[in-house]
This record gives sequence, structure tokens and C-alpha cells, in this order.
Amino acid sequence: MNQYNINPIVGTTKSIINPQKEIVEDTRPDMLVCKDIAKIYPTPKGDYTVLSDLQLTVKKGEFISVIGHSGCGKSTLLTMIAGLNDISKGHVFVDGEEVREAGPDRAVVFQSPSLFPWMTALQNVMIGVKQVFPHATKKQKQDICKYYLDKVGLGNDFHKRASELSQGMQQRVGIARAFALKPKVLLLDEPFGMLDSLTRGELQDVLLEVWQKEKITAIMITHDVDESIFLADRVIMMTSGPFAKIGDELKIPFERPRNRVDILEHPDYYQYRGYLMDFLNH
Amino acid sequence: MKDKILQLTGIQSFLSPWVNIFKGEETKKNINILLKSYIFPLLSILLFVLVWHTGATYLYNKEATSKIEKARAERGEAAALEVQNCIYSGEVGCQPNTLPSPAKVWEAYLSLLADHKIISGKKEAFAKKVEKTNAKRAEQGKAAITYTGRPSFVDQIGTSLKTVFAGFLLAAFIAIPIGIIIGLSSTLRTSMNWLIQILKPVSPVVWLLLVFMIVKTLMSDSDMDKSFMISFISVGLCSMWATLVNTSMGVSTVDKDFVNVAKVLKLSIGQNIFKVVLPSSLPMIFTGLRITLSVAWMVLIAIELLAQSPGLGSFVWEEFQNGANDSNAKIIVAMFVIGMIGFGLDRIMMVIQKMMSFNKEVA
Ligand SMILES: Nc1ncnc2c1ncn2[C@@H]1O[C@H](COP(=O)(O)OP(=O)(O)OP(=O)(O)O)[C@@H](O)[C@H]1O
Ligand SMILES: [Mg+2]
Repeated sequence: MNQYNINPIVGTTKSIINPQKEIVEDTRPDMLVCKDIAKIYPTPKGDYTVLSDLQLTVKKGEFISVIGHSGCGKSTLLTMIAGLNDISKGHVFVDGEEVREAGPDRAVVFQSPSLFPWMTALQNVMIGVKQVFPHATKKQKQDICKYYLDKVGLGNDFHKRASELSQGMQQRVGIARAFALKPKVLLLDEPFGMLDSLTRGELQDVLLEVWQKEKITAIMITHDVDESIFLADRVIMMTSGPFAKIGDELKIPFERPRNRVDILEHPDYYQYRGYLMDFLNH
Repeated sequence: MKDKILQLTGIQSFLSPWVNIFKGEETKKNINILLKSYIFPLLSILLFVLVWHTGATYLYNKEATSKIEKARAERGEAAALEVQNCIYSGEVGCQPNTLPSPAKVWEAYLSLLADHKIISGKKEAFAKKVEKTNAKRAEQGKAAITYTGRPSFVDQIGTSLKTVFAGFLLAAFIAIPIGIIIGLSSTLRTSMNWLIQILKPVSPVVWLLLVFMIVKTLMSDSDMDKSFMISFISVGLCSMWATLVNTSMGVSTVDKDFVNVAKVLKLSIGQNIFKVVLPSSLPMIFTGLRITLSVAWMVLIAIELLAQSPGLGSFVWEEFQNGANDSNAKIIVAMFVIGMIGFGLDRIMMVIQKMMSFNKEVA
């Protein structure tokens, strides 16, 4: 199985960029725990078990990405964590509390930007901020919104209507809206899937930059192997459904803050990439 | 803003080919646009008038011949000749009663306008005459004396517009809230569906009778304008269905992503309705309102005609009953006025509808 000379599972791998430094066991507390979860969709032809017996633990401040074949149940897993989809069996805990419904402590960035097109960029962020910080003054709330919009590069577009923004700009607002909620977990379902590759790269940088400051536990679904390596501390590989579970995982020990060029030029990059491609092609 | 209004009303697209031809830009393309959008429609109207004129002339001749023949059969050759002379001399009293020609209709239109001037003059004079008396009456707390003479054609138009507007508002006030409520709950939607489907196709006449039964009993001793009440309520009830159905559709089909965002943000029910559901269904609601207004205008004429309430409908009916020699022409004037007002109302609604839709995709 391991034709590449790396150990994918948590352990004492040498950091590739900095070989002197050893990766030690992650001692951070668990932020997200999925325990024995299953998802069964009732269909006219009988029950369809998408996920079964799935275990996942994400440490506080960790960025993980999830890859897997189309239809294997990645979105299902994410929406269950978000509380937007019933959990058929098992339990999901966020910061020790069991998930029962959706809430702003688990911000979601959807594949389509899903901004309210009749609101401005600022209003779209504000509607969430108002929910999370009901006691803040108007000025404070405005400052939070403007801070994040500025961070995602929309400093000059506060008052543009969402419907007047390009797809990429809309998704920037989506990212700002999610971070402005100060969530415990950030859930991203192929947030850049609809964008062209140039915009996609820009937005990956934006996401990493904001994330670097906040270190919010993040789970991102993607189809793009390079994206998963560039962004994540750990890549989760899901098996194909039905009865999908987590097949394998790969630690990405590149140092942060990361820089696209450094990572692409790193001698070990293609080993990681090959490992993931290998998983997907089987 | 000015540009936006020009663009939305279609004035810009109306003017731009002219301007461009004048500037000498893309002459050939713009001439084609002009031909297609203005010259051909105008030609088709011209053709319509021509067909109408030919048809009316044929009918006129047919009616005239049969009149002469009838006189000959009943009263002999001399009488027939007399009738014939009378007809061709243009004497008003013995004109054949049939579909009027375009020229006659135009004459009738001018005479209606003249009539309006006379009546407004009378009204003004009357208002001056009773000014002092009315002031006194107002001091004594009595109602003012108002002009009760025959309304002019233009007054009738005003009354109709007032009625249709009241009916339209009533429809909106009933249909939008109910539409929202049943749109939010699929249980309510399925339970109301039959009722709506059964009531929707009911004819305006039946609504009128129903409203008549209720209003007559409810307001037996009120001094409000009963016929106005009856007609505007019936108009509202007939026309509200499109808005009701569209509102509930719009509300029930809010984008799933928006629903999810609202859930993640934990919006309260009120916030959810006013910040998410309503704005996202506004385009659908306004499409419904546009249909409602056009239906309202269409049924209004029939309802006024039946309810004997003042307005264009009763104008048409009175002229028909009246049977004066220019009555038919006046009816056709009314027909065109009704059509053009309907067109105008629809245009206004279209502009509002376009302004309301955030995607700018309304045809
Ligand atoms: N509401 C539903 N009812 C029945 N089956 C469903 C429902 N939603 C999803 N599924 C099925 O569950 C499986 C997993 O769907 P899911 O959307 O989670 O896949 P995914 O991994 O996100 O795919 P993609 O990469 O294409 O987004 C699919 O086979 C899908 O057909
Ligand atoms: Mg998916």
C-alpha cells in the first residue's frame, strides 16, 4: 500500500519542510467528534445507507479537507455536522456538546454563494453578526462586518448589492459572513467549485490568510487534490458509497503560514499528491 | 435613476434606434429594428382599420338595402324611394343601425369629449353657485350639496379606475397574507388547495351575486355607496386568485440555500419571513399582482354592467339600451378606451415588476 515513503497516519513523521523538527502527538483538545454516525435515506426502493459507522475526530484549530468520489456522501456528512440534515444513527459532538440543530457556532460556506441578492454585501454579513452579537453596539457590529469584508478584499464594495457582485466576489462575502460569526467550526462544501482556476487560487489565498489569524477549526470538502494539500493539516479520504466511511487519512505537515509557490516546489509535494490520487483511483 | 426608469419603461429602447439613425450609427441594423418594432405594428393597425372600414361599409349597405326592401314590401315604391333618399342624405334619424365605421367612431369620440367639456362647465358653475351654501352647511354640520347631474364619459373612466384600484388593493390585502401563510406550511397548502382550485374558476357574475347577497344584508341601513362597495369587492374577489397562488408558490419555493442560511443563522420566524421569505418571493408576488390587475380590469367592465354601478361598464350598457344613432359608435369608443387603459395598467405593473425582480429576468 505504501509505495511512497511516508507514513500517512498520525505518528512521528519528519516534517518535510523542516526535517529537524519532529511532529509530536497532537495534544490539542477535540473540537469535533463524529461517533458511529450513519445516514440512511429512505427511498422508494428501500433504505439507502450513504454513510455507516463513520468515525471522525478533529482537533481544535485544525484544518482538515475531505476528498472522495462524487456521490460518496461528503455533503451529507457536512450537513449532518451543520445540523441541516438529520443524523440517522450515532452522535456528533462540537466542543463537547451534541449537535441537534443548525446554529451559528457551525458556520457553513456553501458551494453556491447563497447570499441574499436583495441585500448589500455589508447587510449580508450583518444579518449574521446581529444574531451572534445581539448586545454589541451598532458601531461594533459594523466594525466586525467591515473588518472581515476588508480582509477578503471587498473593502470598497460594502454597499454593492450581492446580485451585482461577480461569483468570486460573492463567495468572498460568503467567507466573510462565515468568519464574522466567530464559529467554533467552519464548514466549507466545495466553496470554490464553481469558480475558474485563477479566482479559485486567489480565494484559497484569501481563505488561508483569514484562517491563519483566527485558527478556527475548519472542515473543507473539495474535489481538488492540490487544494486539499495546500489548505489542510490533514486530508480525509472517504470510501465510495454506499456504506461510505473514512478510508484513509494523510497528514500534511507543511509549515504555516503557507505559500503556494513554496509548497508546489517542495520535493515531497508530489509524493503527497500521488498518494491521494492513488487512493482516488482505486 | 432617470436612466433606469427610461430603460425599464421601454422608452429607451423606443428612442435608441431613432437616435442611432440620426447619428448615422449602424444605419441598416437600426432601420431594421425600426421596421420591426414600429413600422410593421403601425401598418398592422392601419390594416385593421381598413378591414374594419370595409366590413362596416358592407354591413351598412346590407342594412340599408334591407331597410329599403322592407319599406317597399310594406308601404310601396314611393316609401322605398323616400327611405333611400333619407338614408343617402345622411339624415341622422334614418341611418341603418349596424357596426359603425372608423370615421363614425372618431366622431363619437369627439362628441364625447365635447360633452365632457360641457358637463365640467356645468359642474364648475354649480360648484360656484353652492359654494356659500355649502360653507354654511359645513358650519351647521350638514353634508355638502354635490352635483348630481349626468356624469360625462371621462367621469365614468375615473369612476372605473377608482373601482378597479380599490378592488386591486382589496385583492392584494387578502391574497398576499393568505398566500404567505399557506406558502409556509405544506399541510395548509394541501388542505386549501381544493378550495382554491374550486373557487378560482368561478365566474365574475357569480361572485357579484354572492357579494350582493352579503353586502345587501350587512349594509342594509348604512348610507355608504352600496353599488361601489359591491362592485369593488366582487372585482377584488375575482382577481385575487393569481396573487394568492403566486404568493404561496413563491413562498414555498424559496431557494433551499436561503432556507439553510436562515437555519444556520437561527433567524426567528419574523426575521425569516421579512428578511428572507418575502424578499425572495417578491418577484413572484408582483407577477401575480400584474395578472390580478389585468383580470380586475377585465372583469370590472362586466361587473359594472351587471351591478348598475357607475363606470365604463354601465356606460356601455346604457348606450346599448339607449339605441340612439351614435350609441354603437360610443360603445366602440369605450371598447378602445378600455383596451388602452388595460394596456397602460399592464405596462405600469410591468415596470414595477421589473424593479422588484433582483435578477432582471422578467420578460
Ligand atoms: N435527500 C436525499 N434522498 C435520497 N438520497 C440522497 C439524498 N441526498 C443525497 N442522496 C444520495 O446520497 C449520496 C451522497 O450524496 P452527497 O450529496 O452527500 O454526495 P457528495 O459526496 O457530496 O457528492 P458530490 O461530490 O457530487 O457533491 C448520493 O448517492 C445521493 O444520491
Ligand atoms: Mg456535495
